[in-house]
Amino acid sequence: MSQPMSTAAKASGLMPNAEQRTKLRRWRNIKDKISGYGIMTAGIAVVGSLALIFVYLFSEVTPLLRGASVNVEKTYDLPVLETPSPTEFISLERYEEIGTAYHKNGTVQFFNAVDGTSLSQQQVPKSPDAEFSTLAASESSHGLVAYGYNNGEVAIVKAQYDLSYPDDKRVVTASLGFPLGEQAFVLDANKSSLAVLAVQGTASGGTVVSAATSDDRLVLGVVSTKTNPITEETTSTTETFSLPSLPIGERVTHMQLDDAGRYLVVANDKAQLYLYNITNPAAAERYEPVNVESGNVTAMRFLVSTGSLAIGTDQGKVSQWLMVRDKNNKYHVTHVRDFESLSGPIAHIAPEFSRRGFWAADNKGDIGIYYGTSARTLLTKSMGSTPITHIGLSPINGRVLLLDSTQKVSTAKVWNEHPEVSFSVLWEKVWYEGREAPDHIWQASSGSDNFEAKMSFVPLSLGTLKAALFAILFAVPLGVMGAIYTAYFMTPKLRGIVKPTIEIMAALPSVILGFLAGLWLAPFLENHLPAIFSILIVVPLVMLIVGFTWSQLPLRIRASIPEGWEAAILVIPVIVTIWACIHVSPYMEVWFFNGSLPQWFTNNGIKFEQRNALVVGLVMGFAVIPSIFSIAEDAVFSVPRHLTQGSLALGATRWQTMRGVVLPTASPGIFSAVMMGFGRAVGETMIVLMATGNSPVVNFNIFEGMRTLSANIAVEMPETAVASTHFRVLFLAALLLLALTFVVNTIAEVVRQRLRKRYSNL
Amino acid sequence: MKNLLKAPVLWYKSGSPWIWLNGGAVTLCMLMVVGLLGLIAVRGFGHFWPSEIVQTSVTDNAGNKQIVMGEVVRDEVISAVIARDNGFTVPQDIELIKRYLMKLGNRDITSRDFMWTLELGMDEWKYPKDAVVIERREWGNFYGYLVGINENGKVVLTNDSPNFWEEVNARTERSLKLHDEIAHIEKVKIGKINNEIQELKLERRRLELKGTSAEKLAEADAQLAERKAALEADYEVIKRERDVITQEVKRDQLIAKTADGKEVVLPWDHLVRITRPNDMSVMAKTSDYLKRFWEFMTTEPREANTEGGIFPAIFGTFIMVIIMAIIVTPFGVLAAIYLREYAKDGWFLRVIRISVYNLAGVPSIVYGVFGLGFFVYYLGGNLDQLFFAETLPSPTFGTPGLFWASLTLALLTLPIVIVSTEEGLSRIPSTIRQGSLALGATKTETLWKVVVPLATPAMMTGLILAIARAAGEVAPLMLVGVVKLAPALPVDGNYPYLHLDQKIMHLGFHIYDVGFQSPNVEAARPLVYATSLILVLLIVSLNVTAIKIRNSLREKYRSASD
Repeated sequence: MSQPMSTAAKASGLMPNAEQRTKLRRWRNIKDKISGYGIMTAGIAVVGSLALIFVYLFSEVTPLLRGASVNVEKTYDLPVLETPSPTEFISLERYEEIGTAYHKNGTVQFFNAVDGTSLSQQQVPKSPDAEFSTLAASESSHGLVAYGYNNGEVAIVKAQYDLSYPDDKRVVTASLGFPLGEQAFVLDANKSSLAVLAVQGTASGGTVVSAATSDDRLVLGVVSTKTNPITEETTSTTETFSLPSLPIGERVTHMQLDDAGRYLVVANDKAQLYLYNITNPAAAERYEPVNVESGNVTAMRFLVSTGSLAIGTDQGKVSQWLMVRDKNNKYHVTHVRDFESLSGPIAHIAPEFSRRGFWAADNKGDIGIYYGTSARTLLTKSMGSTPITHIGLSPINGRVLLLDSTQKVSTAKVWNEHPEVSFSVLWEKVWYEGREAPDHIWQASSGSDNFEAKMSFVPLSLGTLKAALFAILFAVPLGVMGAIYTAYFMTPKLRGIVKPTIEIMAALPSVILGFLAGLWLAPFLENHLPAIFSILIVVPLVMLIVGFTWSQLPLRIRASIPEGWEAAILVIPVIVTIWACIHVSPYMEVWFFNGSLPQWFTNNGIKFEQRNALVVGLVMGFAVIPSIFSIAEDAVFSVPRHLTQGSLALGATRWQTMRGVVLPTASPGIFSAVMMGFGRAVGETMIVLMATGNSPVVNFNIFEGMRTLSANIAVEMPETAVASTHFRVLFLAALLLLALTFVVNTIAEVVRQRLRKRYSNL
Repeated sequence: MKNLLKAPVLWYKSGSPWIWLNGGAVTLCMLMVVGLLGLIAVRGFGHFWPSEIVQTSVTDNAGNKQIVMGEVVRDEVISAVIARDNGFTVPQDIELIKRYLMKLGNRDITSRDFMWTLELGMDEWKYPKDAVVIERREWGNFYGYLVGINENGKVVLTNDSPNFWEEVNARTERSLKLHDEIAHIEKVKIGKINNEIQELKLERRRLELKGTSAEKLAEADAQLAERKAALEADYEVIKRERDVITQEVKRDQLIAKTADGKEVVLPWDHLVRITRPNDMSVMAKTSDYLKRFWEFMTTEPREANTEGGIFPAIFGTFIMVIIMAIIVTPFGVLAAIYLREYAKDGWFLRVIRISVYNLAGVPSIVYGVFGLGFFVYYLGGNLDQLFFAETLPSPTFGTPGLFWASLTLALLTLPIVIVSTEEGLSRIPSTIRQGSLALGATKTETLWKVVVPLATPAMMTGLILAIARAAGEVAPLMLVGVVKLAPALPVDGNYPYLHLDQKIMHLGFHIYDVGFQSPNVEAARPLVYATSLILVLLIVSLNVTAIKIRNSLREKYRSASD
């Protein structure tokens, strides 16, 4: 095999022959191509993956903007009862498998929610001679349904769903529970027919029922239950009270009870709302009525946790009303927001479980999906011409049962994942439940299930700006002035020390700065607060005094240290001054501030926290100085020499040259340095996380802390559920930070590049 | 008067004040940097120095005298008002008062291991020669005196016997050795068996997922049961071995008494070190100092990270940074070469370049959020579905871990490497390139044989800066894989040796966690300073190296291009 090779080599000496050269050339070309394409692919992939950050953050945020959708999968007739009877209420359980229909004749029917086949039925207790007159349902999470009869009696039932796992498969079985015992009980001692009914389970475990009778009286029942531990039989005792009735000529059309058992809201047929204080039921009080501007109330339900009411009127208007406490501790029903109207009178309102959303249906076949806190109308849709009379929502908001007036049920898939967020929630004042007035609040989670998430970006954004502002206030003078001096006045020798030191400063991890800020500087400042202010005033003065004294020294001494060493001369005086300020500080507190400056601030109405914006400003300023310094220094240093030399030759002093020639030329560079510094301060996480109390406050008090967007992400991100609204809102915060810093940095970079071009033209 | 003002006015008009103020700004910056580094160095290095034990008596705010013994941590001057507010009686003529923070230890006995004491009403400080400080595995330090040695519940030696101290040291050594043995058995041997048993379970699940037929499954079950039984037998043997040592180590107890005379019995297996700092020469202290420093660097943390060493954090940081470097270097360099050598010049390239540069200024937490969402939940979740279905629902890669932390940091540091490499490439004089092309080399050959080797130092600089940045970054890591206490190192003797899915500890996060999340901040403080010191040393040395390389590089090309 080696024979031909050696002959070939012999033939042409040491050089390869033509054929080998061609081969080699082709091979080199192929390598060239491969390498070129390889690098291009890798390069584009890298650029692409960086772009992916934007794309991905966007894709996580976009679901927040989507409204809701309802897709009907199947429509079927409700299973026929032996004695047909209209349906008065409908519900759906957590696993979205079983629907429950409450019929007028007391039959409660459980049916397969997907195809409508009957599963089982049970009867609501009723006295033999009683006739159904009305029905009411409690707040969704309690799940109580009350039947009111024409003999003044009430029966309360609750659908129960039990889980079992035979053969590792989930099976849900439904049954009817009787939380107050298996008997109807008397609510109205006069045995009048009950015209309007309300029921509510209270937070303390009891039940309250109220009713308006056909002869326009109002009655209230407070039910307490006792369960025999042996027989497990529940017995209930009902205390009934009669409430002040409405003025003559007014009729009750709707009523709702809150879950603390303290308030009853009554709507009359004159477009008015009455609030009853039933904290002490024996001496219940009726407050002045409030007018509902948008017409007669045709549907009214408390939203989850009964802090607010959803009201629909005969004009198709939908609005939300809050229970607001005034200064005298008295509650009022207050109109807070309106939603998009439906075309016909609102016939039915169904509140969602565990969040402030609700659905409404009018008598023309339209439905609307709304959300309270965010004031969003997520969907209005016509489901056909037959009116929807009842809506059965699932507790996880994934499916809905729509019952129409012809007793047909439509089962529909629902997508309504993120109704809680809107522009107004993020950026405007929102009136939350339990608050006296609209406000900017960030409190996105809490231990309780029925918590109203408060997701205003205003406190976080202001906190971010506050932190960045104080940092910039500290960093810009030091960074820019230091840069000017280093670039223009300083001797190259000193410069060779200063520049690397500043680079080291830039590399210090922010976690270390944050730790020092929180554990060393914050307590130190609290104990030496006067020192920091005296340093601020005295140190520049000392610099000037030293400078002046230096200029008055005999030339012999001055000549020993040439120009450009001013910074070095100042080291010892500055150290001594700072040391002195710190040592005088306790005496100043004793002499001027009754012993403690923080206490003095508190006494004078300025809130003082140990970990405050001053600490953040100083330490984050420290972190930002290098960014500002190095860019500004670069800009000043690159000012062409012939300009400055010309100025000096014309007799200007060094400072005049600086002011008249160098600074105007380099000012875009200095601007870009400040922008860069700002960009860094906005995104800094660890320092603010460790050096502030992280309370989302809306103020610019230097002695209070703040919570920034970035720190908020770091604190809350690990604890949120994936793909929840809170999770996506945090992504939005990250996107906001990204966009903000990107814009700021781009401006800075463009300005800088232009400047560079200008220098090269000069 | 006019003459007096003349000089200052003239001086002002020359503009010199501004120069001095500008110079002062530099001075302040320098002082801050030096001061900060100095503070960390003094506090960090000082932590390991055996400080003297003070015994004195103090008066508390109820006026009671109390004997205390411990180390003086620091002192400060407060105004008497504050002391009065706290209930101390301070004479009216005193305005300022000094107070000391004392570390009293003995948390198990007094529940108050740190105490501020006023100088007022304090007795003379005494430094008893035989006072001991005992480092323990639980309850922090003990301060007091030694009384005797218990063996199996019987006193065998008291402190008046001449060989008492030798015996104490010998027994400490013995207990430490036994303790190490137990730790080795538990960590390595038992860990391995647990690992294998876990693997058996997964194997079974894998077969199930594959849809293996029932009889084959039964066959496999029998085989697996056999293997499991063998492992459990092994485990029994090892466990017995361990129990024997555990019995051994429980043999000795130390009898000690506190400064106010309360006698306590300390089980020896809980003791780490017994020293008498008041009786130590400078030499002895130095040797103790070095030993402690070494221990700090090489052992694992104790007591919720507030005591012991930081080895897992150092190791975690190290391994994470290495993996990051492996990922970021090729991609960063290739991207830079593409941008500089291949991409067509134009506004589009300019936009891309500015964007890439700007990404270096994007807040690191944003990368963390991206890493958590995209890498951990999206990529990791899908990887689990594809390759680790047998362990679901407990996630393998679908949860924060080492690999995702490294990848996130690689993305974060990518702009740094690109910028630095590009700068290096642009500094290479075009004459060199043209020379190579003129000799007939292809573009690729010019690139890989001439340009890239010349730019290597620039790439090194970029890489070092990237490593320094990554080592100090904490915010994104909190989201993508760093924990306060990792159960095991990411590298061990069990297949596949490097566990990319494991959570790690990290120096920076350690600082945050110990400093801000620990219940006993005062006890943790020195440790945080020491950890900071290690991190700062690491980062400063990396940066100094990078700066050195870059400067020598600049010099080189300045002469080359002339």
